[in-house]
Order: sequence, then structure tokens, then C-alpha cells
Amino acid sequence: MADTVLIRGATVVDQSGSRRADVRVGADGTIVEVGADLDPTGAEVVDASGAVVAPGLVDVHVHLRQPGKEEAETVETGARCAALGGYTAIVAMPNTTPAIDCAAVVREVLELGRTAPCDVHTSGAVTVGRGGEQLAPMAEMAALGVRLFTDDGAGVQDAGLMRRAMQYASDLGVTLAQHCEVDELAAGGHMHEGEWSSRLGIPGQPAEAEELMVARDLMLARMTGARVHFQHLSTAGSVELVRAARASGVQVTAEATTHHFTLTHAECASYSPLFKVAPPLRTDADVAAVRAGLADGSINAIATDHAPHTQEDKERPFEQAPPGMLGLETALALALTELDMPLEQLLAATSWFRPPSPASVTSMAARLHPVSPPTCACSTPPRRGWSTPPTPQVAVAIRPTPGARFGAGCATRCWPASSW
Amino acid sequence: MTGLLSAADLDPDMLAEMFRLSESFLEVSSRRIPKVPALRGRTVVSLFYEDSTRTRLSFETAAKRLSADVMTFSVGTSSVNKGESVRDTIETIEAMGIDAIVVRHGCAGVPAQVAQWTDAAVVNAGDGAHEHPTQALLDCFTLQQRFGSLDGLRIAIVGDIRHSRVARSDVAMMSALGASVTLVAPATLMPPSLEGWPVATSSSLDDVAGDVDVVYLLRMQTERMGQHLMPSMREYTARFGLTARRAARMNPDAVILHPGPMNRGVEISGEVAELPNALVVDQVRNGVAVRMAVLWWLLGSGTELVPSVDSAVPTADVEDDRG
Repeated sequence: MADTVLIRGATVVDQSGSRRADVRVGADGTIVEVGADLDPTGAEVVDASGAVVAPGLVDVHVHLRQPGKEEAETVETGARCAALGGYTAIVAMPNTTPAIDCAAVVREVLELGRTAPCDVHTSGAVTVGRGGEQLAPMAEMAALGVRLFTDDGAGVQDAGLMRRAMQYASDLGVTLAQHCEVDELAAGGHMHEGEWSSRLGIPGQPAEAEELMVARDLMLARMTGARVHFQHLSTAGSVELVRAARASGVQVTAEATTHHFTLTHAECASYSPLFKVAPPLRTDADVAAVRAGLADGSINAIATDHAPHTQEDKERPFEQAPPGMLGLETALALALTELDMPLEQLLAATSWFRPPSPASVTSMAARLHPVSPPTCACSTPPRRGWSTPPTPQVAVAIRPTPGARFGAGCATRCWPASSW
Repeated sequence: MTGLLSAADLDPDMLAEMFRLSESFLEVSSRRIPKVPALRGRTVVSLFYEDSTRTRLSFETAAKRLSADVMTFSVGTSSVNKGESVRDTIETIEAMGIDAIVVRHGCAGVPAQVAQWTDAAVVNAGDGAHEHPTQALLDCFTLQQRFGSLDGLRIAIVGDIRHSRVARSDVAMMSALGASVTLVAPATLMPPSLEGWPVATSSSLDDVAGDVDVVYLLRMQTERMGQHLMPSMREYTARFGLTARRAARMNPDAVILHPGPMNRGVEISGEVAELPNALVVDQVRNGVAVRMAVLWWLLGSGTELVPSVDSAVPTADVEDDRG
């Protein structure tokens, strides 16, 4: 058997642009050479005419549920979903049990990820136990490679504490990421407050619950000079705040999830908790603003906020069910079919986070995902090649058990990256 | 119709038929032995996850007057306390052989979820702040009795609209029947958005009370004070309570409705509650009749979806003691 693979005839899209080239993949799975008309001698040749070859995708926002909630997801199963979706690196969120808030838990997660089919990185909590009261030992976690700190699942409510976190993090070379949600306005709300929550009788939370914390943290970022990343922006007001702050020179990056640019609060009319997410699905105008933010680069990254739960949990009453949707397997398909963005820009937002992103997540992604050589490649067919255009609903299909979780990924057949 | 989840499940024609059935069942209820064998052999489960006295008793009485077997599922003493999911509970009771489930839950949407998990007819007996369609049925039936029709009727619904499933069902049903509805509440007790609601709004009961045919008072709950939605019960009463002074300014023919249980001295003064145009007792009486109509409609008609009143209510009834 040939010990190298030569991918021929594809369009290669990466940081240096887009061109027709061949790609040689070494025996260890890393890309050893990209160029025109590479010598096929001794290599297994894959004809990739009409396909796109790009660096593997990077998701800075996934929930792997381990330790503590292994019946919903594990590092291994989550990483397999990621690989199926074209991801080669993912960042686990720290809202596990116990929280990823110290070196011991960081080590455990990294160890679990060592044999996973994609690179598993972890974020660390900003505060001990994500309790919002005491700074977590960020330096000891940073020493183990943690580059992103967040209390995701909740925002850090105390402005004074957040200020100190930003100051303390500023010489660690790390990014502080925030799940923006002000408790006083959001508490008890299970969906976006507006037309649909009023009709459905489900308590809502207003857009301002998110925007207030975005505005606060932008001010704190300006005050401290910290690198701040906003997670899953969902409202038009948040996008505008970030756009304006960036223009005025604040170091800030932001991500949007696939569901926040595809679905609206009208989905909640089914009362299916599959559509319960945090932050909640918003209005048509918000979806349009998120798309516009991605298109003009105000939002740098497409993330999934892949957040599995057990079937039992997602069959509880809407107001009692936990928030979260799946996304890893379908994100690229949704981005390609739903967003009107040039392929290079779209892949930049799902992979290498190139400019117009100024700094923070960019440098994190570069560390996470060394591009020379990339550890893996993913291939996407041209848009017209989708045999079954994924619907937004596909993105939220729940699979009952981790063991049965490979059935629903319609997008996966579209790129055989992991088989190369 | 395979269940009753929302007031919108009933169009005006169906409502007219439902009211005709309810008239017949009112007659049954007035008999010395108020019972017909219409649903003999059918089993109705009452599954109340939230405390309720009158709605539960009303449904169970309705089912028993139709000779249905009634299974009462008391959440307080059941396996729900052991952590059983709603779905498992539904599948368990369905396996025992049932025809209808009357469900109340503190969370919006649970009856819609339940309907996906069972072949039995599901009747929404109140879900969170969403809907309470049989309350709207009995309210509209009561108004039809009094006024002959709801068409053109001016109705003020007063109080905690935001958290009220009664208001949501009543707005839908009353406006479908041609009434014009005005919601009266401070902004804190209004739904965050009224987009798509066929209503007018006011924040002054004084402005509205003299201009309507119906004042519908919602129950005010003390927990709203803790949520900063009203400064105090006293202030609520001062602005939105139907005091004797305000009641005196109502049209002579206007009526007062309340879904119960009443907070006398809060949303309604004790003496106003005793006025002859306060129809609270009629509402309760009619509640049994409309719930008989709903259960009969869902379970009793056999092949005929909308039975005529004559065939709907057996009149020669062996259990009816005419002696």
C-alpha cells in the first residue's frame, strides 16, 4: 500500500488564497506538500476534481459534557462528531461537573482528548466553580495550554470581578470570553422576549439582557486593554456594539452560532425544547444582523455551541428543559447553504479566523491549529453539489445515546476528509 | 378534532355547536339524577401537575355525569415525586387503556407535548401562562346565555394579563366570536408584546368601566409583588380593583366575570362579588356543562363528528329517575 496520499485536481483554499493545486498527505496524516502537478509516484491518488480542500475547521465553542454528564456526550463522542463535520480542532467549554477551573480538571480533559479523532483543547473557567465570586487559577491552567477563559453557560455578573479578571489575564497571553447575559434581566426567561413569548405564554428574556453585558465588557476591555471575545452573539444591538467598538480600536472578537443565523424564535411555537438555546433564538431582524455581522467581519468566527443533552432532558417541559443544540456535524453545511459569503471568507470564519479579525481569537486559533503543516484537511464540494440540502432542523436533531449518534449527520457524507 | 389544546382549535361554527351541546348538558345537570350513559365504558384520566380545585372537580364531575370512568392521577402522591418524566407517566397510564387525558401543568406547552406521546384525546386544562381553553368556553357560553351573542360585545379583561392563560384563551375565543376586547393593566402586567393580538389596551379601569358590557377580572397573585410588577396589593386595588364605586359606574346591563378563586378585597370587592350582575356562580355551573360537551365531542360521537343535539344527548335514560 502506498503510504502517502496525493489529492489531485482540487481547489485549495487557505490563508494564502484560493488556487488549483495538488496536496500530498503524509503517512502520519499531516499535509507535507501543496503545489501544482505533484509527482504521484508511490502515492495513492485521490481524484478530487470539483472539490475544495481547506485546512480543518476549528470550533471555539463546544460542550463535551465530560466530566460529569457522560450520558449526554463524552470527549470521545463529541470529537467524533467534530471529525465528521470537518473539524480538526475544538475547544471544550468549562461548564462540566466539576467545572474545568483548575489544573487537575484541565489535565483530565486533555488526557481524554489525547486519543480523540481531532485535536481537543479546553477552555478554563474565569471563576472558581463558575460561581462568579472568586478568580480561578488562570495562570496554572494557561501553563497547561489553556488559551480561552470563560464561565460559559453564565456570564460573569460582577463588573468589579470581571474587571479584575481582565487585568489579571492581560499578561498571561490568553483571551477572556464572555457569555453575555445579565441575570437581573434574563432570570426566569426561557426564550426571546417578544411577540412569540407573549403569545406562547413562555417567560422571555429581552435582547437587552445580552446587550447590557456586551456594552459593559466593551467598556472594561477599553479600560483594561484585555483581549475579549464575545460568545454566541445573538442580537442586532450586540453586533452593532461590537462593530462600533472595533472601529474605535478596542481589542475584541466575536462569534456567532449556526442556529443564530438560521433560526428564529418562531420555532418555539412547537414547544419543542430542541429550540431552547442560550442565548435564545431571536427575531428575523436579529438573524439578518448576525448574518450581516459575519459578512462584514464584525463577527469573526462561526461557532456551533454544540450542546448535547439526553433525550429525557430534551423532552421535559420547555420551561424546565436545559438549553442547547447540536451543531458540529452540520455547521459547515449550514454555513455554506445559508450564508451569502465568499468561500474563502466563510472558511476563514470557520477555520483560521484571518483578518479582518484583529488579534485575539486569531492568535488563539493559530496556536490551536498550526497551519504549517495542517494536521488534516477537509474537503467541501461546490454548493451545487449538495445532494440533500440540509435544513435548519437537521442541525438540532437529537440523538438518543452517544452510541447511536452517527445517524443524523446529513452533512457528513459531503466531505470525506476523515477517510483520506 | 382529536383534542382541545387551544381556543384556536375551535372555529365559530364549532363553538356554536359546542354551545348547543352545552345547553343540553345543562339540562342534564339539572335533573334529579344528573347522569347519562353517553360515555359508559370510556376512561378519562385527570392528570393535574398543578394545584387546582374547581377545574379538576369540574372536569371529573363532567366525566362522571357522562358515566365515564375517571382515573385521578394525583401528582402529589405519585411516581412523579420519584422523578418520573411526563412522557413515562403518559405511556404508563396509556398502557392501562384510556380514552382522554385532561392535563394541567405549570409550564406552557405540556399538553401539546403530551399529545405527541399518546393516542388518547388530550384536553388542556391549563398550561402555564399559555391557555385554558375550557375556561374560555365556559366564559363565552355564559356571555352567550346572557346576551344571546358575543358579536359586538365590548369586553374589558382586567389584571395580570401577562401571566394569565385565561386571558390568552379568552382573547382568542371572544374576538373570534365578534367581541371587541380591551386589556386593562399596568405595563408591568401586560404581555411584553401584543403584536398580532386583536385587542385594545388601557391602563385605567376608570376610563373603561363605564363603556363596556363585560368586566372580566383576573385573579391577582401576591407573588407578583416580589417580582416588582406592582408595588403593593393596596395600590393594585386602588387602580385596578372593581370597587363598589367603580361598579356603580358600569352600564346597568353590564356583567362581571371572574375565573375564580376570587381575592375578595383585591381585584373585586366583597359586595361587588355579591351583585346580581356578577355571574361567577353561573360560570362555575356552566363549566361542568361545557366540559361535558367537550368530552362528549371528543369521545362520544362515534362516527359522527358533530352529532345533532337530539342524538348527542340520550333523553330516554334508564338512570334518569323520572318518577
